[in-house]
Parts: sequence; structure tokens; C-alpha cells
Amino acid sequence: MFKNRDTRLTIWLLIPVVFVLVAYVLYPSLRTFFESLQSDGSISLGNYQDFFVQESKTNLLALWNSVYISILSVFFSALIGIPLAIIFNRYDFPGRSFFSTAAILPIVLPSLVGVMAFMFLYGESGLIPNAIKDLLGLEKVPFKIGGVSGILIVHAYTMYVYFYMTVSAAINKIDPSLEEAAYNLGANRIKVFWKVTFPLLTPAIVAASLLVFMISMASFSAPFLLAGGYRVLSLQIYFSKINGDMEIAATQSVILSIVSISFLLFMRWYQNRKDYRMATKGIGAHRSEVKNPFMKWLMVGFGMIGVLILLLPHFTILLLSLVPDGTWTWQTYPSVFNLENYRLLFADPNIFKPLKNSLIMAVIATVGNLVFGVIASYLLVKRKFVGKSFVDILVMIPWALPATVIGMNLVFAFNEPNVFSFGQILVGTFWILPLAYFIRHIPLVVRSTNAVLEQLDDSIEEAARNLGAKWFYTFRKVILPIIMPGVLSGTLLAFIESVGEFPTSVLLYTISNRPISIEIMNQLRMFNMGQAAAYGMIQITLIVIVLFISNKFFGIKAEKAL
Amino acid sequence: MASIQIENVQKAFGKTIAIDQLNLEIKDGEFFTFLGPSGCGKTTTLRMIAGFYYPTKGVVRFGEKDMTRVPPEKRNTGMVFQNYALFPHMTVFENVAFGLKVRKVSSADVKLKVLEVLRKVRLEKYSDRQVSQLSGGQQQRVALARALAIEPEILLLDEPLSNLDAKLRDEMRAEILRLQRDYKITTIYVTHDQAEALSMSDRIAVFNYGVCHQVGTPAEIYNQPANDFVASFIGEINLLPVQVDHVEQEDIAVTLKNDGEPVKLIVHNHTNEDELNKGNLAVSIRPEAIRILDTVETGTNVLKGKIAAVQFLGSIVNLMVQIDHVSLKVDVLNTHEFGHYYQGKDVYVELPEKQLRLLPVISGEVNV
Ligand SMILES: Nc1ncnc2c1ncn2[C@@H]1O[C@H](COP(=O)(O)OP(=O)(O)OP(=O)(O)O)[C@@H](O)[C@H]1O
Ligand SMILES: [Mg+2]
Repeated sequence: MFKNRDTRLTIWLLIPVVFVLVAYVLYPSLRTFFESLQSDGSISLGNYQDFFVQESKTNLLALWNSVYISILSVFFSALIGIPLAIIFNRYDFPGRSFFSTAAILPIVLPSLVGVMAFMFLYGESGLIPNAIKDLLGLEKVPFKIGGVSGILIVHAYTMYVYFYMTVSAAINKIDPSLEEAAYNLGANRIKVFWKVTFPLLTPAIVAASLLVFMISMASFSAPFLLAGGYRVLSLQIYFSKINGDMEIAATQSVILSIVSISFLLFMRWYQNRKDYRMATKGIGAHRSEVKNPFMKWLMVGFGMIGVLILLLPHFTILLLSLVPDGTWTWQTYPSVFNLENYRLLFADPNIFKPLKNSLIMAVIATVGNLVFGVIASYLLVKRKFVGKSFVDILVMIPWALPATVIGMNLVFAFNEPNVFSFGQILVGTFWILPLAYFIRHIPLVVRSTNAVLEQLDDSIEEAARNLGAKWFYTFRKVILPIIMPGVLSGTLLAFIESVGEFPTSVLLYTISNRPISIEIMNQLRMFNMGQAAAYGMIQITLIVIVLFISNKFFGIKAEKAL
Repeated sequence: MASIQIENVQKAFGKTIAIDQLNLEIKDGEFFTFLGPSGCGKTTTLRMIAGFYYPTKGVVRFGEKDMTRVPPEKRNTGMVFQNYALFPHMTVFENVAFGLKVRKVSSADVKLKVLEVLRKVRLEKYSDRQVSQLSGGQQQRVALARALAIEPEILLLDEPLSNLDAKLRDEMRAEILRLQRDYKITTIYVTHDQAEALSMSDRIAVFNYGVCHQVGTPAEIYNQPANDFVASFIGEINLLPVQVDHVEQEDIAVTLKNDGEPVKLIVHNHTNEDELNKGNLAVSIRPEAIRILDTVETGTNVLKGKIAAVQFLGSIVNLMVQIDHVSLKVDVLNTHEFGHYYQGKDVYVELPEKQLRLLPVISGEVNV
């Protein structure tokens, strides 16, 4: 092939993209793998042998615990998410549209803040168990969450949303005439559901199950705060690192990565398989109106209670943030409420510092994500080049890797100077955290940009070129303005996730540069619930603002980018 | 304005050859049409002229200039895309102004120019509309205006009317022709609609499977098709495989290749020597060129047959006449009273010697 302008342009764009991916995604992963092969200064599989045949079986047990928690999380999330999706998409009753939007609320609660809220709601001294105890005059609290049950409840609360979203999308794609045909042939409601509707939903359910499994394998915040002595693999990595057993941490990381990546590959394979989805056009969802007034108000009632439960964590954080530290010690319920925590947050430089750090680092990471995401996505969607699937896979890897592993990869790669760090040791400096946030959110921004770019017909770009515009002018004046709304909604989501990011922060932060999530953890350790909650509220507010902006100005549902 | 030369162009996508051995010359100011079935390489050729594809082999010239490797933005061609490709985030005015802004025309001039072009396409009232708020025909006109505003040397239209309904198509055809005559701009028009091609073009190139089979005026293409593909792609035609018995100065005597009694015909000789020896041949005749004789007659190329089917179409009547093992499509004007032609009627048909053409068969078997 001759090298024409377009090929040259593709190459010029490709160079920085490939550099970033190789330097900060591929190399760190390989570095960890290499580390896991080191034992006592020589290269061997000794660490893996230790992992599996170790006397105390701690590692194997942790691996098993992770799998066990993940399977149960899939089960409970499905139990909530699938019926909700069916009810909200198939029946019409007052408030349906509000409830169905509210149903995605949990996903926007930063995991650490969510876990904190659950501790205060349902934990040992939680508000709900104590309220029930007092109301019914019981001796002890009737229930409390903690350990495995705590983790599972938090997981079910946040992860059912994945079931809810995928199954909703699938339901809306089913051609109503399929079901009508079945009715027409004499099948009753139950038969139609089990013989027609449900089989059509299976691909979505399987996809959601794999996704939730992967996410719970990677889960860090919930086990970290709730597990007590219960060890899962992602936590083990952290403890190994804290204890200085770097080779073991590397080995554990590799094993956790292998599990996660095989799930990712399995999921891709499953989704690319030919399924029964049909390309029928122009069918909207068809919802049956609930006519029976009793059923109708029952559903509305359940909907309201559901939304209340979904919002309780948010309210709890709000409530706690209004309780000044030191005023709620031995009492069952807090009694003093004011804005002291917020005042301190902005008045006390020490308390303000983490917020400022988080915002600065998140801005840096997000700008990087925006620039990188747009270029990478443009290449992947609109350009042809050899090795595209390799680039595609590199882009997706940070999505498959548990956050803890990404953190460890960076530790191994950048605690020594090398080409990719321009001869610096990055670990222990300011730059390591923005880098970690950037890497974590590469897939999110690229994927949301891909979605809008795929919609953009190639002839739009050609029309501009035909009218005499050079590539860069076309890109600036035509392509960017058209895709910007979609790109920004993905990017803003990456921004709020960066602000709240916990697992990589806990592995990589420095005291002078600690982000908000680390400070929340510190405040919790010192039992300064109020201050921790005030930080949490700031994050929740940010999220609300971002969702509002996305919906209002970009006309895009931010959750689409997930 | 410019002429276009396409010399020995080939375009391959991997192993598929989309265009092979293409030689075309499109004259200055001409309305030139690429006609052919889907997938025959029309768009590919157009895109090589616009610069979106570079030929694998061969040369593309505008006038004297070699444009083969010139990037699209430097070619000054105005292209109208099949799906219009209007910029969705811009108004009608901004869309039309785009090419002028790129050329750094002063904003006062841009305004003047855009309004003038919009007036030409009768959209001056819509200049502040968002393009999504226009009807299909209006969008089509914006696309046309946008391409014309840059005063291109060449106007390229890729099936610009295929998304419109029948009535709007007629209107837009007239509109495009009017603008083309107005601007006297070299225009290449891609279509697979033969009626469109015949009615609009100065000249037509007929493509199939990446090969250009014939270039000519609409009348040449229709009356003197180069081979059986061109003949059958444009309009209705009877194609009868034959073998040549002997060749005279004026006439050629042939025999139909069919299963029954040998049928002999005399064909006027407008064929050159080469083609006669080049494989399979067929005689062709348009349905409207066949004469139906009501009385018993004998003479050259008069055959006896029976009407096998009658289809009334208004101004004309389609007949299917069965002659032994051969069926012929015959069109007659609706000048007789209703019921004059009926199924089963015995008739004589005359295939006038001058209207019969001997054509090379290139597309495999021809059905009898
Ligand atoms: N970018 C491409 N990559 C590979 N093959 C291509 C490409 N573009 C066209 N082709 C192939 O080249 C051949 C000619 O395609 P082209 O688009 O020119 O046809 P067309 O005459 O415009 O047809 P239509 O009337 O359907 O638009 C087709 O077989 C097509 O599959
Ligand atoms: Mg085409």
C-alpha cells in the first residue's frame, strides 16, 4: 500500500494512543506478571505453587470466598433487578417513569460512601435496627449487617442496577407481535412469559450475570469496611502489599486478573454469538395499563417504598453530615444538627485539602481521558489499520482488571524509573494518582465516545472534505460538535468516579496528596462520622449536578454511558 | 469547469476488483450518467473522482491536471450524497456557508453568495432553520445548494433522488437539470434508474460487474446497444440466440437456436466482422418495433404465431406471441377497439430487417 495522507494521519494519531496504552496499561500488567515469577531472586513458578499448596490455605480460601460472594451477589442482584425491569417496562401505572429512573440511583452512589451509609443504617448501632428495637421494646437489636451479609446487601443494592438496565433494554427490543402471536395461538399469560418472553431475555440475563460476577470479584470497598475477618482476594492483595510481601501481592493480582479477564472474554464471546434478537424496526415498548385499582395502588405503594429504600442511604449520609462530631457518642440517636461539618470543610484548610486534592487530580485525569478517549475512539471507529483488535483489547483491559490490580500494576511499574515514567519514580509523587484515575476510566470514555461515533455517518466527514475542509478543520468544526454531548456525558461520569475512587487511592496515595476517599476512611477510623458524611455529601451533590447537566443540556441519559 | 479523463483505472478492495480497465472521457459542461445494477462499481468510480478512493491503477485527470492522488479537499468537486450528509448541528445557512468559510471568503461575501444559491434552490425562506426540521425534498435541495455554493468544477451526485417519493423525484429531476444548465457545470450523476438516466443525460455509461460496457447518448444506448447486457438492462427487449448462416454486404442470414422447426431471419448488417466471429450471438428487437399483421402475408421475417397473453396498460397493449418454441414480447398502440387482441388469436408478426440487431452475448445463456 502506498502511503497517502490519510494513512499518514492515522499513523500520527495512532502513535500517542499506542504509546499510552503500552506504557500505562500493557507494561504495568506485564511488570506485575514478571514480579509474580520472581521468588528469592530467581525466576520460577514458586509463588503460584505457594498460592495453591500453602499450608494455611489462606489464599485459596480468599479466592473461594471471592467466588462465593460473587455467585451470591449475582443471585440476589438478579432477584431484584429482573422483576423490577419487567414490572417497570411492561406495566403502566402512576409514577412509573419516575420510579424507573429512580431505580438506577444506587449506581451513582460512590461505593465507599454507600458502604458507609449502610453501616450507619443497618450495622450494629445502625439507625434501623435500633429504631425497630425501641419501637417494639426488644432487648437486643433484631438484626444487624456485617461480614458476609453486609457485603451481600451492599452488592445487591448497587449491582441489581446492571440486571435492571440490561434486561430493560432487552425487553424493549422484543417485538410485541411475537407475544401477540403466541396469545393468538392460544397460550395464556404464564405460558407466553415462560415460553416466549423469558427465552428472549436469557442473553441479557446471562450478560448481566457475567458482568455482576466480574464486578463483585473486584469489589474492594465493601469487604474493606464490612468484612471483619472475612478475607476476599482483592483484600488479600492489599494486605500483602501492606505487609511488604510484594511477590505474593503480584501473584494474587495475576490470579485475580486471570479470573476477571476470562469472564470478560467469555462475555464477549457470548455476546457475539448469534442470538435470537431480530432486526425489526420501529416498535416501541408496549405496556399494559394496570386497570384493577387495587393492583394499581399496590404497585404505586411498592414503588414508593422501593424508592424510599433506595434513597435511604443518601438521606442517611445527609443526616449524618449534619451531626457535628463529638455530639453523638453514647446516645442511640443523634440529637444535635447543624452545618458545622460543612463550615469546617471550607474553613479548615486541613479538612478542605483532600477535597481540593481530589478535584484537582480528577480534573487532570478527566482531561486526559477526554483527549485520549476522543482520539482513540475516532481511530477505532472511523479508521482502518492493522492491529485494530489489539488496540481495542488494550483499551478494554482496564475495565476487566479489578481496581486493586490496576493499583498494584502501577506500584510495580513505577516504583522505579523507566522510559514510560520519563526516568522518574512516580510512586510517592503527586502524579501517580491522576495516572491511576486516568487508566481506570479509559474504557468508560472510549466506549461512550464509540457509541456516538458509530451513529455518525461517514459521509458527514466526507461531505466536509469534499467542500474543501482539511481533516483537522473537519474534525474541529463538524465531528467534535456533533459527538460532544455524548462524549461529555461519559467524561463527566469518569470525573465523578475519579473524585470518589477508593481502591487505587488506598494503594497509591501519599499523605500530602490524600484524596477525599482516603480522608473519609481516616475520619471513620477516628469516629468522626459527621465529617466523613459531609465529604460524602459533596460527592453526592457533584453526582446530582452531573446527572442534571447531562440530562438537561446534552439530552442524554448519563447511565447510557455505563 | 473541467473535463474529466479516466484512463485505464482499476480499483481493488483486497481481492475484489470493484472497477477494471475503465476508460472514460467526460466533456466540459456535460451531464453524464453512470448507470448500472447495484454493486456494479458506480459509487466506487464516483468516489475516485471525488478523491475518497485512490485508484489501484490508472490515472484520473481534470482537464490537463493529474488528480489521481490529490486529497478530496483540494479537488473542488461538489458532491451530493445519497443520504445528503447535512451537518446536523448547523442551520441551513451554516451548511451552505461551510465550504465558503473553509475557503476564507469574507463573511459579507459568504452571506451574499449563500443567499443567492438558496434562492436558486428556492429555500431562501428557510435559511435559519435547523436541517432536521426540513422535509426530505428540502434537505435534498440544501445538499445541492451546499455543493453548488463552492462553485465546483465538477458536480457529483450519487443516487440523489433514491430516498424521495415518486412525485418529488420528478420535481427534483427537473430542478437538478435546471441548475445544471444554469451553472453549465460538468455533472456526473449516478443512478440505477434507467428512466432517469435516459431522460436527463447528455451521455450515459452503462456498468456491470465493474466493467463499463457502453458509453453513448441515450438514443445510442437504447437503439444501438453494444451487447445483450446493455440491451436488456435498458428497456424491454427480445433476445433470440442465433447462429450465422452467411454474411452478405447488406444482410446477414441467421437461424434461431431453438428446439423446433428451424426459423430463418434476415438481419440488416450493421455489425463488424470481428464481432461475428466472437462467440455467441443473439438477435435483438424492441417490442415496439415488431409489427403485428392482421392479414395472411409472406415476406422476409414474417412469422406465423398465436397470441399467448394480453396485458392492457392503457396507452399500449403488451402481447406475448408464441411462434413455435419462441415467445416474443410485442407492444402495440392502443388504437384498436377493446378485444381486438385476445388470447389464442392467430397472428402474423413481422420483424423489420432494419430493426433487428445482431449482438454479442456476454452474460451467459440467453433464454429463448
Ligand atoms: N470500501 C469497500 N471495501 C470493499 N469492497 C467494496 C468497498 N466499496 C465497494 N466495494 C465493493 O465494490 C463493488 C462495487 O461497489 P459500489 O459501491 O461501487 O457499487 P454501486 O454500483 O455504487 O452499487 P449501488 O447501486 O448498490 O450503490 C461491490 O461489489 C462492493 O461490494
Ligand atoms: Mg452506490
